[in-house]
Amino acid sequence: MAENDQVDEKKLSAAARLFDVRRVIGGLFVVYGVIVTLIGLFDSQAEIDKAEGVRINLWMGLGMLVLGLLFLLWLRLNPPKTPDPSDLDTDDDRPPAH
Amino acid sequence: MVTAAESGLRLDLDLFDYLILVLYFGTVLGVGFAARRAIKTSADFFLSGRSLPAWVTGLAFVSANLGALEILGMAANGAQYGLLTLHYYWIGAVPAMVFLGIVMMPFYYGSKVRSVPEFLRRRFNRPTHIFNAISFAVAQVLIAGVNLFALALILDALLGWELWVSILVGAAIVLTYITIGGLSSAIYNEVLQFFVILAGLIPLTIVGLVKVGGIDGLFDAVRSGPLGDAALHTWSNTGSSADNPLGANWIGILFGLGFVLSFGYWTTNFAEVQRALSAKDMNAARRTPIIAAFPKLLIPAVTVIPGLIAVITVKGLGADEGDLTYNNAIPLLMRDLLPNGVLGVAVTGLLASFMAGMAANVSGFNTVFTYDIWQAYIKKGRSDEYYLRIGRYATIGGVVIGIGTAFIASGYGNIMEYIQQLFSLFNAPLFATFIVGMFWKRMTPWAGFWSLVLGFIASLALYVAYLTDAIAFNSALEQSFWGAGVAFVTAVIVAVAVTFFTPSKPDDELRGLVYGLGGTSGGEVIVSGEKVWWRNPVVLGVTAVVLALALYIPVW
Repeated sequence: MAENDQVDEKKLSAAARLFDVRRVIGGLFVVYGVIVTLIGLFDSQAEIDKAEGVRINLWMGLGMLVLGLLFLLWLRLNPPKTPDPSDLDTDDDRPPAH
Repeated sequence: MVTAAESGLRLDLDLFDYLILVLYFGTVLGVGFAARRAIKTSADFFLSGRSLPAWVTGLAFVSANLGALEILGMAANGAQYGLLTLHYYWIGAVPAMVFLGIVMMPFYYGSKVRSVPEFLRRRFNRPTHIFNAISFAVAQVLIAGVNLFALALILDALLGWELWVSILVGAAIVLTYITIGGLSSAIYNEVLQFFVILAGLIPLTIVGLVKVGGIDGLFDAVRSGPLGDAALHTWSNTGSSADNPLGANWIGILFGLGFVLSFGYWTTNFAEVQRALSAKDMNAARRTPIIAAFPKLLIPAVTVIPGLIAVITVKGLGADEGDLTYNNAIPLLMRDLLPNGVLGVAVTGLLASFMAGMAANVSGFNTVFTYDIWQAYIKKGRSDEYYLRIGRYATIGGVVIGIGTAFIASGYGNIMEYIQQLFSLFNAPLFATFIVGMFWKRMTPWAGFWSLVLGFIASLALYVAYLTDAIAFNSALEQSFWGAGVAFVTAVIVAVAVTFFTPSKPDDELRGLVYGLGGTSGGEVIVSGEKVWWRNPVVLGVTAVVLALALYIPVW
């Protein structure tokens, strides 16, 4: 029984850590989005010409910003389930007693 | 040696590009430190403690494959062989990934093995195990060399360093990256990196397509160019191997690539299977490769298409050596088309993917070296800490050998040809042994051993015959298809023949390892009982295969 508890605890700490991959992706992409959008706003004509007239920095910057925000929103709507062990069980397919 | 700076491959990064690069590696190292504090046991280090949700392991699965192989190699193939390269995705990857999830994963995950060689030891015997462990370890460090070489190409392009300096620096970066976090942070980073790579390749493709006048403009230009119309069809010119740029006929593509090479790679490659073994339960493990199949369907849009764009827009692409080899298609396009800003993202994505690709090989290598060679045959029964330490030494050793094999890879103009060569040698016989062993319980331990060894020798013999011009093929790729086919057939015949002269294992020892005997965890069967359809591996898998076939229609 004690061994089972230990396994559960380990699973939870690992799960809590890894659910947060959404926070890392979201955070990095928001920062990237802001940087690249700003570069895009102030792009010189030479840079726009290099990209065949496409304002690629602006568009990609906005795209990355939106992706980053979506990940953060997902994290907000569906936060990591560390505190309550029963949540973890409903989320996967193991029988409750594993 | 000609450096990139002399002939102009050099990319002009500005302050913001470097800021984007630094932010990424800062994030990755931060995650590594955090993960390292949380790692307590060697099972954690090697398998991430079997705790991850399926979307995470699925993206890690596809990302582990999105290394040098995919990005430089598939763009190189796109430039050289046109749309025939799509076969590597739709027939050469997706069906095998689905097969892995539906049919084979119950045996891997359910038997709780930590590695593919370990599975062979339990199914067959120790000689089979040691032969596979060693050949796997060799294959991993050879492929790690390809990734390191690709990483060095980018460093060379960025900074204008000599190739050997770039290789040494690249190796040092990879070593830091793996020793800090192990597989746990590797999987974590792979998911992050997946999005960064796409954020770099998508603008490259968009701007490239604008330059050549959209898809129609691109196809018109290819049709009237040296590749010709044959490069725009996937199947219709494969009746004879002489009619298409790939130089292979449909039998070679279907059997060699679609069946043996692809199933061999995806179903027995531990660097890949390891991702699924980290999933939190059986169903998540089975969905891992299937979830990965969906992005895999679409990745050619940002690898093969840029390869074709490069062959149209970059004058002189396809040189045997120097900066205009096919391998450089993507870096050359980045130089020509991307303004600072997205250029930084693209460089970050490429560097990250090569690093992670090599890290995946090295972590596969250290797992097999530690558990399957060192623990099984050299020092048995030591403490967990001891093997964790050996694992870290193996990582250092793997990176050092990777430096040597990077120089071997640098001798090939198209690294994809080299890598297919490696697969036809190492993976094709393994797949044959596996598939017979999994479905035929009578197959004996010694049949396993001899089918692996003789399959390997058959493929090697064909390769040597090709190198010495004893047998002619239309292209190195065609040779690798046939090499894989010959290895597979040899291995199957040997497996059956030897079985008739040697004793089988009793059923009890094979439970959970062979189809039809039961004993996998929870009585798993091929058809899953998952209630929600979008979590059912079979439904998801069939959808992926149907999509792959449908995507072929417009480019028949």
